[in-house]
Amino acid sequence: MTGVDVLVIGAGPAGLAAARAARTAGARVVLLDASDVLGGQYWRHPLTGARDADVRALQHQWPRFVALRAALTDDPDCEVVTGAQVWAVDRRDDAPPVVHVLTGPADGGDRPRRVLAPRAVVLATGAHERTLPFPGWDLPGVHTAGAAQAMAKGEHLAVGGRVLVAGTGPFLLPVAAGLLHVGATVVGVVEAGSLRRMARGWLAPPYRTRPAVLAAKSAELGGYVRALAAARVPYRTGAAVLAAHGDSRVTSVTVSAIDEDWTPRPGTGRRVAVDAVCVSHAFVPRTEIAVSAGCALTADGSVRVDATQRTSVPGVYAAGEITGIGGADLALAEGEVAGRAAAGRATAGGNVAGGDGGAAEVRRLRNFADRMHRAHGIRPGWRSWVEDDTVVCRCEEVTAGRVRAAQAATGTRGLRSLKLSSRAGLGICQGRVCGRNLEELLPEVPLDAGRTANRPIVVPVRLGEIATPLAPPPATPPDPPVAPSVEREASP
Amino acid sequence: MEGAQVVVVGAGIVGAAVARTLAATGFRVTVLDRGASAGGTSSGGEGNLLVSDKAPGPELDLAVLSGRRWRELAAELPAELGPDFPDVEFEAKGGLVVATTGAGADALRAFAGRQRGAGVDARELTAAEAAALEPDLTPRVTAAVLYPEDAQIQPAVATEALLASARRHGARVRQGVTVLGGVVSRGRIVGVRTSAGHLGAEHVVVAAGPWSAGVADRFGVRLPVLPRRGTVLVTTRMPHRIRHKVYDADYVGAVESAAAALQTSSVVESTAAGTVLIGSSRERRGFDERIEAAVVGELAAKAMVLFPFLADVPVMRAYGGFRPYVPDHLPVIGPDPRLPGLWHATGHEGAGIGLATGTAELIGALMAGTEPAIPAAPFAVTRASLEEVTTG
Repeated sequence: MTGVDVLVIGAGPAGLAAARAARTAGARVVLLDASDVLGGQYWRHPLTGARDADVRALQHQWPRFVALRAALTDDPDCEVVTGAQVWAVDRRDDAPPVVHVLTGPADGGDRPRRVLAPRAVVLATGAHERTLPFPGWDLPGVHTAGAAQAMAKGEHLAVGGRVLVAGTGPFLLPVAAGLLHVGATVVGVVEAGSLRRMARGWLAPPYRTRPAVLAAKSAELGGYVRALAAARVPYRTGAAVLAAHGDSRVTSVTVSAIDEDWTPRPGTGRRVAVDAVCVSHAFVPRTEIAVSAGCALTADGSVRVDATQRTSVPGVYAAGEITGIGGADLALAEGEVAGRAAAGRATAGGNVAGGDGGAAEVRRLRNFADRMHRAHGIRPGWRSWVEDDTVVCRCEEVTAGRVRAAQAATGTRGLRSLKLSSRAGLGICQGRVCGRNLEELLPEVPLDAGRTANRPIVVPVRLGEIATPLAPPPATPPDPPVAPSVEREASP
Repeated sequence: MEGAQVVVVGAGIVGAAVARTLAATGFRVTVLDRGASAGGTSSGGEGNLLVSDKAPGPELDLAVLSGRRWRELAAELPAELGPDFPDVEFEAKGGLVVATTGAGADALRAFAGRQRGAGVDARELTAAEAAALEPDLTPRVTAAVLYPEDAQIQPAVATEALLASARRHGARVRQGVTVLGGVVSRGRIVGVRTSAGHLGAEHVVVAAGPWSAGVADRFGVRLPVLPRRGTVLVTTRMPHRIRHKVYDADYVGAVESAAAALQTSSVVESTAAGTVLIGSSRERRGFDERIEAAVVGELAAKAMVLFPFLADVPVMRAYGGFRPYVPDHLPVIGPDPRLPGLWHATGHEGAGIGLATGTAELIGALMAGTEPAIPAAPFAVTRASLEEVTTG
């Protein structure tokens, strides 16, 4: 392959749909994913031999994945590269960024490098989980719900024998169902959202959600609800895990009723014996590459896109969870729109058909996602769960007390200064886990809020792997040449 | 003049040091910053307190004075602020400058000789002595000079500590307040206009680092301070294997150069937390924040020349900052005769952390009308080498 029309980063539902749509429109495509298999977190599965029974129990819309995968991997004009880690991007003026990639196993010594200068880029990098801190959340046996789900889907293993699933959002249901399938006893699902909030979010007017969308969603969730009911798993709303207990690992948790703002109701706490607990409170868009590429974000930290999934950077499109958490159906719809639009730019029209190209479907699903956020969004009362000795930054083992004391001692209103004086957020995760929590724990909004999203080195890479400067390949017309694209200030 | 109102523009290391000195002298000080404290250049570098990279002359004099003050402060600030205040991580670890080529060795020895003539402790080491100090250093050393006076401090915490101390002496620190311009009466400053209203002031000290030219412009004066971009890499934590600040001898040339295009030279050191900091690049291209893979790759390659083991160490972060660059490579410190009441304490390029304390002492003496410890004239905004850029 000599030139790349459309580079798609991320092969979850959004990236797969984007790559397929771009190919359909006639563009030559490169699809990258850091994982060894396609499908992203949503369609996570073992490298070899997914069993039918497991697929039925653990996967949703599997035939759609199989069809997308086959269409792309059998296509000579679509190069699919798994184990491909984007580690940096270089912004260009009026063109999509140059993308720097390492391929192969991360622990495999010198990984081959590639530098791509595509005509258009679709970012489909998904989201990671946000877990709120509470006393004991750093004990062994406390997992993110996503990690438990990944183990169930990817290795068919359960994180424990007696497991409680807690947090908020529809995601708790498939996690609990997945745990049941791989043999765990699920002692309960604890949803922080109150029934009233959930009813307001799901059902309140203006009732613009198409009945078909609600019905499809209900069918998917209904399947999980039936699985939980069959196993007699209690489902509780308006409650949260406020503490995990145990010496070397978790042996019990305290579950308490909470009010609409997630402030605990005094005297309602009770202990539940478990050997594992899975928590999930929200998802955070993975915007490292988008931020490095210069894409503008919305107030909530998602990548801002227009009706054709275009970002603020010419030639860069975004789809799926990085544009706002909305689930796989929305990701598939956005990916299709983004792939067509990117192909249209890259091939100066190409075979892009008329019509609205799925934008209306995106709007309908986005409306549904907005309802979910109203029903399940994090509420400020969580801050009262955090004790002074609760660890908030696990990489550097920084407690909430240390962060609060550093803020009080220095009086800074800057997150950057506070990180450096408390060491919170400076560890290997670079604030991916704790960044939002830190910001919200402060008495007032930091003056440099949002800067934790700026991570020019996308993932840790060995110095030896990136050391020799590589000249970027010549860009293919009609792009401007790569090398002189950064304007250096003239000497005075 | 004591008891007079002073507004310091900029809550970085220089503004913090100036505010502390002036407040302790009896001035009524307000520090204003459009952003947060320690949010700009002061939290974008390694925290260098260096004499090793300075040729004999006024900047070296200022560095020696500043180094003395930093050593005193490293003891005074924790005593004053108490055990709950975050640690400023002062380490008198010394600097080790090494050359790996024949030409580099000659240049390094000549430079160190001139420094010794000016009273700097610069000890030439054999390759074996260098290897004993830094066991993981490359065996390709052609010359090595140890500078025991070089030290390191956590620059953001040091800034906060100076601000906290200034507050204890009565200073006010207001973050998120932008200075819009001066209020001038009968040809001299009587106050400042800010985004939070009017503030009376007999003196205004511009300590806004690379943004100082923009601030000075709001007072109607030209100040030749330009941003010079730098990038630092941070590795993951690991057991300490690098004991000094270690530079390749190219560093001195890069510091003294005026070129706009990218230059890199290696500066490698461990932090108290166990990460390794790798600098430093110099590039003038305005306030362009993007970090490019080529810069990162060049920094990595040069660091590996000094410490080959770094090839297997993961880098987890790159951050950029802007140094306040002045064409003749000297900071601008002192009153501005073009607008009585206006002062400058800026233009320290990459040495602002190290030079902040001496700068504060100069400003303090000049404002109080006493004799400074070193001559202030070389730093005056009216100096001949800046004439072309401050007039016209």
